[in-house]
Amino acid sequence: MTLKNKEGLSNYLKDKAQWVRRETLKIHKDAQETRIASSLSCVEIFTVLFYGGIIRHNSKDLKWEGRDRLIISKGHGAISFYPILADLGYFDKKELTRVCKEGTFLGGIPDSIIPGFETINGSLGHGLGVACGIAIALKRKGRSEKVFVLVGDGELYEGSVWEAVMFAGEHKLDNLMMIVDKNQACMLDFCENVLDLNPLAEKFKTFKWNTETVDGHNVNILHDMFSIFKADKWSGPAALIAETVKGKGVARLETDPLSHIKNLNPDEVDQHIEG
Amino acid sequence: MKTEDRIFFLCADFGSPKLDDIKRDFKGRFINVGIAEQNLINVSTGLALEGFTVYAYAIAPFLAMRAYEQIRVNLALHAQLTEVNVNLVGVGAGLSYEVSGPTHHCVEDITVIRALPNLTVFSPCDWVCAKKFVDYSIDVKGPKYVRLDGKPLPKIYENEADIDFEAGFKELISGSAVCIVSTGYMTQKALRAAERLAAGGLKTGVVDMFMLKPFNSKRLFDALKDYSFVLTLEEGFINKGGLDSIVSNLLEDNDSDIKLKRMGFKDAYVFDIGSREYLHSKNGIGEEDIINCVKTLSKAG
Repeated sequence: MTLKNKEGLSNYLKDKAQWVRRETLKIHKDAQETRIASSLSCVEIFTVLFYGGIIRHNSKDLKWEGRDRLIISKGHGAISFYPILADLGYFDKKELTRVCKEGTFLGGIPDSIIPGFETINGSLGHGLGVACGIAIALKRKGRSEKVFVLVGDGELYEGSVWEAVMFAGEHKLDNLMMIVDKNQACMLDFCENVLDLNPLAEKFKTFKWNTETVDGHNVNILHDMFSIFKADKWSGPAALIAETVKGKGVARLETDPLSHIKNLNPDEVDQHIEG
Repeated sequence: MKTEDRIFFLCADFGSPKLDDIKRDFKGRFINVGIAEQNLINVSTGLALEGFTVYAYAIAPFLAMRAYEQIRVNLALHAQLTEVNVNLVGVGAGLSYEVSGPTHHCVEDITVIRALPNLTVFSPCDWVCAKKFVDYSIDVKGPKYVRLDGKPLPKIYENEADIDFEAGFKELISGSAVCIVSTGYMTQKALRAAERLAAGGLKTGVVDMFMLKPFNSKRLFDALKDYSFVLTLEEGFINKGGLDSIVSNLLEDNDSDIKLKRMGFKDAYVFDIGSREYLHSKNGIGEEDIINCVKTLSKAG
């Protein structure tokens, strides 16, 4: 890829991320039940996966064997995935105005009743183990598709995550990438005030994972890392620790240890959308 | 696994000599996940979502209760939306691990697993019934919980044709006033008690419930409706949603005036050490207790 093309892609992804952030805020304006702060930290991750040509997918054939699998284990923070799915044709964009309203399939926490979601989410700590099973199944079938799992750092408190971490490392699941949206906070506080997870990368390395720590809001670095993983450059599973900010883009949320349970009133949302 | 390529067998560090054969013959499709029941269910789910039939094998109380939320979220919920053929094979139903203490006794599993929508609960009383389940487990593509005894049990069913999964139960003996409805190991005891009662001139019915969910409630009620008394017999807690509740609901739904008597463990765990029969007798569900109960009921009739 030439520099010009790389710059072009970079600007495209940055624009898309801005658009996703705006659309996510719009959803929250009408659906205050949604967890906005957790949804804003993973905007660039979703954006690069889907607009950076990383994930192979087919909105017209949800069970297409050739799709890469994305398991969104941190379900609470996946509202920012809704506008992307609508944009890519998984469902009608008009549905985005009906989040959490009667009769919609777009709830405050997404499940696989939503086209484009692979699994049941909402209860934390399940996604990685399920992804391990999918990764083994794909290998058994001789398929080359990849399995991505998005987990939160607060989610790492669940013991079942570590059962799966041990398992994936031991079974050398090189078709599996865990993206840790390390937004530093769980529900009631910053993680370092609850149970400090640092040093995190070393923990995964100890369990035989390839581990990289990156700025989770930098679309270029995310794109590079996902591309390396897609190109089968690593043996064994990959953990991408994406250092992010919970509530990214909304100053009031970025510094609030309780951001997970904070809402933005409609006027505030309007200010951010216009700003 | 020989003829069906799309089967995985997973265990949580629990095995038997037969499983060593599977491990040797089907390398790549046998996985020991370690002592990690939660991951056992989650990995099984991933395999099943990709179309594989999975057997997840572990000690019953740890399978049913340590990993209960994994079963709820990944099997019961998913099964309502898509196919997930995961067969949970729990070994050690009831007090089959008699001297291992209450952590290894499994007296709540019927109640807790039955509470989950979309799950099948299978509780065989012998190996003939368990063997017949193999074909069913491949053909019916939903999550199932199989509660197996920890000990080899004598054969009850003469042939597999006697076992009808659609019915879910089998009237093994037809009686006069009293019918015992039992499941798993307790069917073995019910038959022993019924034999002694018959020798004394008291013809007692025995119904083996091997499918606790789903079963054909109409056919079960038809089988019970001419009795005056039904005695439920289970190696689990009573009054908490187990076999006794299944029968109680059935009688209530049919506005029946059949009287129900429940035998099983009361609201307490068993810390005593001893043989299974010793522990049963200490808790009022010994063979003598069953016989006395049937005699008392018969007199009342």
